[in-house]
Amino acid sequence: MMAPRHKSIETKHYEERDSFFADLARLGHLDRRAFMRIAGISAGIAAAKGLITPHGFQLVEMAHAEGAGQNGNGQGFKFAYISDTHLYAEKVNDRFVRSILKAVDDVNALDPQPDFVLFGGDLAQLGKKEELDLGAQILKSVKAPVKMMVGEHDWFLDMGEHWQSLFGAPHYSFDHKGVHFVTLMSVQEKDFWTPLGFTPEQRMHTVAGLDNGTQSRFEVGDEGRAWLKADLAKIDRKTPVVVFSHSPLYKYYRNWNFWTEDAEQIQQMLGKFERVTVIHGHTHQMLQNHIGNIDFYGMLSTAWPWPYAPEGLPKLTVQMNRPDPFNAFDGCGDGQFDVAASGMVDKLYNLWNRNPVTVRATYLESGGTKDRPPATTLASY
Amino acid sequence: MRISYALALFLFAGSATIAFASAPDEFPKHKIPASADGNLVVGLCDGQTWVEVPGVKAGQPMTREQAQWAADRLMEEWRAKNPDKNWVNAAVEAEGGLTKLAQADTAPKPPKGAEPKSASPATDQVQTYGAFTERDQKIWKDSTEALIAEGNKIFHDASLLGSTDAISCDMCHPNAANTHPETYPKYQVQLGRVALLRDMINWCIENPVRGKPLADDDPKMKALEAYILAQRKGTPLDYGKH
Repeated sequence: MMAPRHKSIETKHYEERDSFFADLARLGHLDRRAFMRIAGISAGIAAAKGLITPHGFQLVEMAHAEGAGQNGNGQGFKFAYISDTHLYAEKVNDRFVRSILKAVDDVNALDPQPDFVLFGGDLAQLGKKEELDLGAQILKSVKAPVKMMVGEHDWFLDMGEHWQSLFGAPHYSFDHKGVHFVTLMSVQEKDFWTPLGFTPEQRMHTVAGLDNGTQSRFEVGDEGRAWLKADLAKIDRKTPVVVFSHSPLYKYYRNWNFWTEDAEQIQQMLGKFERVTVIHGHTHQMLQNHIGNIDFYGMLSTAWPWPYAPEGLPKLTVQMNRPDPFNAFDGCGDGQFDVAASGMVDKLYNLWNRNPVTVRATYLESGGTKDRPPATTLASY
Repeated sequence: MRISYALALFLFAGSATIAFASAPDEFPKHKIPASADGNLVVGLCDGQTWVEVPGVKAGQPMTREQAQWAADRLMEEWRAKNPDKNWVNAAVEAEGGLTKLAQADTAPKPPKGAEPKSASPATDQVQTYGAFTERDQKIWKDSTEALIAEGNKIFHDASLLGSTDAISCDMCHPNAANTHPETYPKYQVQLGRVALLRDMINWCIENPVRGKPLADDDPKMKALEAYILAQRKGTPLDYGKH
């Protein structure tokens, strides 16, 4: 028997908002006056409910939708994500299992459904077969198609053998509604374990320790870069490109591998495209950056939030409030990406214990002068 | 008198054991024979010299006079065994720092009023407590680091923490980030009372880690506190900060 689903106020608000715009889209071509009238009514209702300030409301998103019509080479769409679930076997730790189930409920409740769901890596905590199998089984209940990405916690026990038997090659690409998507295996490490005589378990345990300096730095590596080069060679520079990588494809904080050693080389390879977005896991926090032509978004974890690193935080990052240790879900969550036909990608951080936060591509690309999201009141120590 | 004060630091009562939390096996044991009459036997730090204290049973305290007597006998015997040695601080000598100390001790004092008035201030007060060397400091630093390393190990090890769900401290607090020990004591809103760092350590052990709380004087608690505090070296103390 299914328990009645509890919806948070944010969920209800987003459902109301989405259904409003679905209706609006069905009305077809409205003249500007009619559009403003309906949008104004909607904003007024929302304001009266005290849900959100009228400024920055749906009007901005509609501007994107209008742009989609003009662009012509694609259409806007949404995809959702679940990331960094760090599953132990259920009998070892049930909390992380409950967290991924909560995220699966979240994405299954989205209406309309996202075009697909990205899994951002670190499905398992220690790369064990039972952990990966448990995750694979849970992800089968996701209604939308799931795109898998690998993380270091999935890899370093058997060097990706079981993960690949479940989910296939870690490097792959696909095209969706005019956007070229690339999934990279960015958490290769140079061999530190052979000289130390480590067992596979010791190797995995070392990599699983964020502050364990025995390990090497993450990298896409020669093979991965060669694959990426070949994959990108056939893509037109006007095609919007979205890259999924587990580690951020820039250098944030070396000690915790919030870092990809060959990031600059990857950025250079992506340099020829007009619009590039990199979406990464691993950092378990609200994190954004903009370098050259690339917007970067970090994803939330369902398992636990990481603190911000003591140095190297990108200036554009909209920090999330310091998590409350007394609430197991605080600072955790899942989210959605809203891809405009132009290829601009906005990100909704669906924080479970807080108001959702949207960070827009326009915020990143304006150097933080436009569409600035609300700031944190409790910064990291 | 100066000699016996210093010597008292190195006396080991026969029944006493000196325990070190971090590295108990690294120190040589003084094997002291038991007294036939059940008297207290006091050993010298050379591990070869001891004296039986008449009228004091093992485990009983000595009076100051009895202790002085025991120290004097031990020193006499040691001098007899080591006739060619001046009784000096070996550690200071090893560092080459003794000469100054010894001279200050033994050199004939200039007559009163003869000291040059314009001389730069003395760099050494020649006080027993302050007379430590770089070698001493290295030993002390190593001892401190050993405790911190022990805390580091526990902080990163779910089984040492007594976790029942495989969660360890470092999973949320890499390098003890966001533990902010410098902000305690403070009113911990969620607990509804003023908390110390150890209260929060225990809260985490009981809740996310799902283990049993540690006693305030548990060696693991001390080691965890040492590790966490060591990560914040240089951060100004700011108790009560939220």
